[in-house]
Parts: sequence; C-alpha cells; structure tokens
Amino acid sequence: MEVNTEVQHSPSKPIEGNTYLQGVKDCVPTLLGYLSIGFAAGVVERTAGFSLMEIALLSLIVYAGSAQFIAAGMVAAVSPIATIVTTIFFVNARHLLLSAAIAPYFEKLSARKSFFIGSLLTDETFGVASTKAQEQKKLGYKWMVGLNLTAYLNWCAANVAGGLVGDWIPNPERWGLDFALPGMFIGLLALQMISRKKFGLDLLVALCAAAAVVLASFLMPPSAAIIVAILVAATAGMVMERWK
Amino acid sequence: MEVRWHIFLLIVGSAIVTLIPRVLPLMVLNRLRIPEALLRWLDHVPVAVMAALLAQELLLADGKVDPGRNLLEIAAAVPAFLTAFITKSLFATVIVGIITIVVLRLVI
Repeated sequence: MEVNTEVQHSPSKPIEGNTYLQGVKDCVPTLLGYLSIGFAAGVVERTAGFSLMEIALLSLIVYAGSAQFIAAGMVAAVSPIATIVTTIFFVNARHLLLSAAIAPYFEKLSARKSFFIGSLLTDETFGVASTKAQEQKKLGYKWMVGLNLTAYLNWCAANVAGGLVGDWIPNPERWGLDFALPGMFIGLLALQMISRKKFGLDLLVALCAAAAVVLASFLMPPSAAIIVAILVAATAGMVMERWK
Repeated sequence: MEVRWHIFLLIVGSAIVTLIPRVLPLMVLNRLRIPEALLRWLDHVPVAVMAALLAQELLLADGKVDPGRNLLEIAAAVPAFLTAFITKSLFATVIVGIITIVVLRLVI
C-alpha cells in the first residue's frame, strides 16, 4: 500500500485550536439550521402520532434528520417496521463516505474515541469539519467533540420543542425556515471551495454531482441518487485532476 | 409520555443502521494506512456531497425532477452564494437566503 505520510498520522504536535470551546464556536453558524429543521422534524413527528418521549428518544438515539422525517412519514402511512428500517439504512448509507473522508485528518485515535466522533457525524458537522481540515490539514479530537455535542444538543432540544408545540403550529414555510437547509448547504459548499483553492476543478466536481443526482433520480429513490452522485463526482474529480 | 413497543423497536433498529455507516469507516481507516489513490478520491467527497445534497434540495421535489416547483428557491440561492463568497460566513449565508426567500414569497 502506498502511504501519504503528510496527511496521515503525522507525529503529535499540538493542533491549533483543538479545544472543546473552539469546536462549540465553530458550530454556532450552523445552529439556525439545526434549530429550524429540528423544530420542523419535531412538529412532523408529533403530527405522525409520536409521543413526546418517543420524539426525545428518536432524536437522542437516531439523531439524523432525514431518518427522522422518513420514520415519521412511514409510521403515519403504517409501513412495516422492517421496511422503515431498511429505507433508513439506505438513506443514511452516505455517512460511510463522510466518515471515510474525515478519517485521515485525525491522529490515531482509540476505538472508543473514533466511535464517539463517528456516532455524532452529520452532513453539517462534516461540512464544517472538512472545511477546517482544508485550512489546517488536521482535525483535533477535542475540537470535533465540541462541534458534535453542540450540534447534537441543539438538534435534540429543537426536536422536543417542535414536538411540544406540534399540535398547533402554523406552516413554518411562512418564515422561510425551510430555506435554512439549502442555505446551509450553499454556505458549506462555497466555504469548502474557497478554502481549497482549486476553484475550477471543484466547480466541475460540483456541477458533475448536481447533474448526476438529477439524472440518477429518474432511475432510483433520492437517497440512492445521492450516493451515486457522490461516487460519480468524486471519481470524475480524481480523473480530471490527473489530466491536469 | 408512553413509548409504544413497535416504536421502540423502530427507534432501536433505525439507530443501529444509522450508527454503523457513521462509525465504521472512521474506526477502520483511522487505524489503517490509507492508499494514496483512495485519499485523492476522498479529497473530492466533501464538494460532491454538498453539491449533490444542494441540487436535490433545489432541483427535485418529492424525489422527482421538477425545478419549476422551486423557482423561488433557486432564485434565492443566487444572493446566498454571493454572500458566502463575499463574507465567507455560513451564518450570513443562511440569513441572506432566508430573508430573500421570505421577500420573494411576499412579492411574487
């Protein structure tokens, strides 16, 4: 196996800003997104007939927006449990790629620590972490824990809050909160491209991912289309980079 | 405040299938030496992930290709992108996007 010693497991020299507090601070820009989407998820779960305790358990143990929306929708549609769980597996299978992509930036971690970091990984904490990784070439355990826990606690609180008022909430779209999610993806994509300084190549990869997700959606469900798009676009990026 | 048995099973099952893809690559790849080619491939994953998720939000509706249903959202994405590149602030990007969509919905 070839080894990239530059990125991987470099000798332990302290990583700048590897504190819990810095992780908390770097999470703050994403909180509006977590709060509004978490709130919306709580409302939807309540409307689907989940009790407050079930909503709390769902967000504490599953902790995945897409999975929770799907669980609520499919429970409301009285789908069998096995079908719901299988669907959720495919929806969240993209985490395989996110988890793999940040792994090389951490120094060697104990099994317990890497389990803990991975268990709270989301699209958004991944976005923040991979931008940080571009700037620093490394990620610190404490920083990641601060980032993860802040996102987690806000998500769970927002979920329960949504569940509490779920019975009489007006349409959240009126407040534009449904745009918090695409807004956050726009920000994370742009910041990623700014920090990488490979703008042309990244733009091609992004366009490739967008085209692939649209084309794949004609053939398969959205969660599978996402995975296909990531595989196609990352491969295209690697090939185009080689050509240069 | 009860937890129904079948919902409990659903939560535990969903938790397991969500947890495994999250932790497995980190636990394995953090200990192994990753081949150079895989590293170069993984390097493109963040941009690909964010672009794919964004495209799905903006261009698809209920899993169907239907950009026409999201014209206002696509329009609001433009100032949000500009804000991101000018301010380099995630928070400002989200706020500008939300304000734009609210204004567009009020006006149109």
